[in-house]
Amino acid sequence: MTGGSFWPRLRWSLALMAGWSVLGFLVLPMLIVVPVSLTDRNYLSLPEHALSLQHYRAFFTHELWLQSTLQSLLIASISATTSVVLGALCAIGCWRLSNGWSAVVRLLMLAPLIVPTVIQGLAMYRLWVVAGLYDTYAGVVLAHTLTGIPFVLISVSAALAGFDVKLEQAARGLGASALDTVRLVIAPAIAPGLVSGGVFAFIHSFDELVIVLFITSREIRTLPKRIWDGLQDRIDPTIAAVSVILIAATLLLLAADAWLRRYRAQSRINAARVPRDLPRA
Amino acid sequence: MGEGQTRFYYWAMAPAVVLVGVFFVVPLLQVLWLSVSEPALGLQNYAALIENPLLQRVWLNTLRVCALTTLIAVTAGYLVAYVMAHVHEHHRALMISCIVLTFWLSVLIRAFAWVMILRTEGVFNSALLSLGLIAQPVRLVRNEIGVLIGMAHYMLPIAIWPMYSNMRSLSPSYIHAARGLGARAWQTFFWVYLPLTKAGIIAAAVLVFILSLGFYITPAILGGGRVVMIAEYIRVSFDETLRWGYATMLASTLLIVLALGLALLARLINVQKVFGA
Repeated sequence: MTGGSFWPRLRWSLALMAGWSVLGFLVLPMLIVVPVSLTDRNYLSLPEHALSLQHYRAFFTHELWLQSTLQSLLIASISATTSVVLGALCAIGCWRLSNGWSAVVRLLMLAPLIVPTVIQGLAMYRLWVVAGLYDTYAGVVLAHTLTGIPFVLISVSAALAGFDVKLEQAARGLGASALDTVRLVIAPAIAPGLVSGGVFAFIHSFDELVIVLFITSREIRTLPKRIWDGLQDRIDPTIAAVSVILIAATLLLLAADAWLRRYRAQSRINAARVPRDLPRA
Repeated sequence: MGEGQTRFYYWAMAPAVVLVGVFFVVPLLQVLWLSVSEPALGLQNYAALIENPLLQRVWLNTLRVCALTTLIAVTAGYLVAYVMAHVHEHHRALMISCIVLTFWLSVLIRAFAWVMILRTEGVFNSALLSLGLIAQPVRLVRNEIGVLIGMAHYMLPIAIWPMYSNMRSLSPSYIHAARGLGARAWQTFFWVYLPLTKAGIIAAAVLVFILSLGFYITPAILGGGRVVMIAEYIRVSFDETLRWGYATMLASTLLIVLALGLALLARLINVQKVFGA
C-alpha cells in the first residue's frame, strides 16, 4: 500500500494506527499483570515504593500452589499424549478414506469446540459419578482427552493436506504393512502437525476450568481451580505472579512450536533441492 | 485401495469415535432426555421459558450481551483484519503473534487481568483520577460494561481469523478495476470491497455469537453475579438446587439455539471456503 499522493497515505496511516490500537487493547492485560505481580504491598496494587519478588517466592514456597501446579502438569501431559495418539489416528483415517463417514466423524470430533463447556460438564457429571470417575485423575484425564482431540484433528489434518498420497501408496506397494506405513512414512512427514496438536491439547488441558468444576471436588485441585477459588475471596497478589509465569510459559511453548515448524519447512526446502533433475511425482 | 487397507483406516478412526461416542455424545443425549423426563415425562420443564420471569431476564441478558459482543468484536476485528491483509510482511508477523498469543492465553488470567485494570481502585481509574479527568472512580466491573470488555477481548482473535483469511483470498484486481473505472476511495470500499468480504463478516459474526452464548468464566468474574448469563445460570441451578429437570432444560434450550445458529451459518455461507478447511 504505497499511495503516491497525500490523502491515500493519510488514510492508510489512520487505518494502521487504529489497527495497532485494537492490538494494543488485546495485549494490554498481559502487560498490566507484570508490574502488579512485582508489587511490594500484600494486596493487589502497582508497586508503591519498590519492586519485590515476594509474590513469586510465595508461589514457589507455598505447598498448595505447587501441588496444584504439579497436578495440572501431570493431567495435561497425559491428556495431551492420548489426544495426539487418538486424534492423529482419526485424522489419518478420515484423510485416507474421505467418504461420507469420514465427514461425519470429523464433525463429531469437532463438536467439543462448539458445545458450551458448562453443558459438557453438566452432561459428564452424572456418567462420571456412575462410572466411578468423579473426582479422580482418570476422570479429568478422560474429559480433557476428549476435548483435546479437536485441536489435534485440526492441526494434523492441515499437515496431511500437504502430504502426497503417492508416498503412502509407494510404501504399501513396496510391501510395508498398513501400521508400518503410518508409523514410518506418514507420522514422520506430519511430525510438525503432531507437535502443534500436542502443544494445543496441552495448553487446553492446562487451562481448562469449567469441566473440572463439575467433575471434581476435594481430591483434584488443578491450578485453574485454585486461581478460581482465589478470585472468589480476597484476591491475593500471588495470582498475579502465577499469571505472569503462565503467560511466559504460553509464550515459550508457542514460540518453540513456531520455530520447530519453520525449521522443518526450511529443511524440507533444502531436501527438495537435491533431486532437481528427477521428474516430480 | 484394497479392502484390508480400507478396513485398517476404519480401525484407525475407531478408538477416538468410540471414546467420543460413549463419553461425550451419550451424556449429551442424556441431558436432552432428562429435560423431558425428569421428574415426569413431558414438556413441563420447558413451561418455565414462558412462566418464569427470572429465566426470561437471564435469556434477555444473554442475547443482549452476545449481540453487543458480536458487534464490537466484528467491527474492531474487521479493522485489524483489513490492516493485516494489506500491511508489510514484518508488521504482519508481529500482529499475528499478538493475536495468537492472546488466543491461547488462559481465559481465567485474562478475566483476572481485566478486573485489576477496571476495578474502582484499579489501574485505569487511578490513571484517570491522577490525570484529573474524573473526580470519582467509574464503575467498570461487576456490571455489563466489564462483561462486554472481557468478552470482546476474548472474541476478537476468533472474529479476526475468518475475516482475515477471506480478505487474503481476494484478488486486488477488483479494487484496481474499480479505481481504474473512476470510483472514489469510499465508493470502492463500500461498493466493492465490503460486499466482497461479506462472507467473512457473516462467518465471524455467527461464530462469535454462538461461542458467546455459552460463555461462563468471563461473565462470572467480570459480572460479579450482577450480569447473570445462561451458562452461569445453568451452573447455579446445578450447584444449588440440583433440580436436574430444570438444569437440563436450560442446557437443552441453549443447545437448540446453538444448533439453529450453526444451521443458519451453513445456509448463509460456504463454511469450508471461508475457513479454508
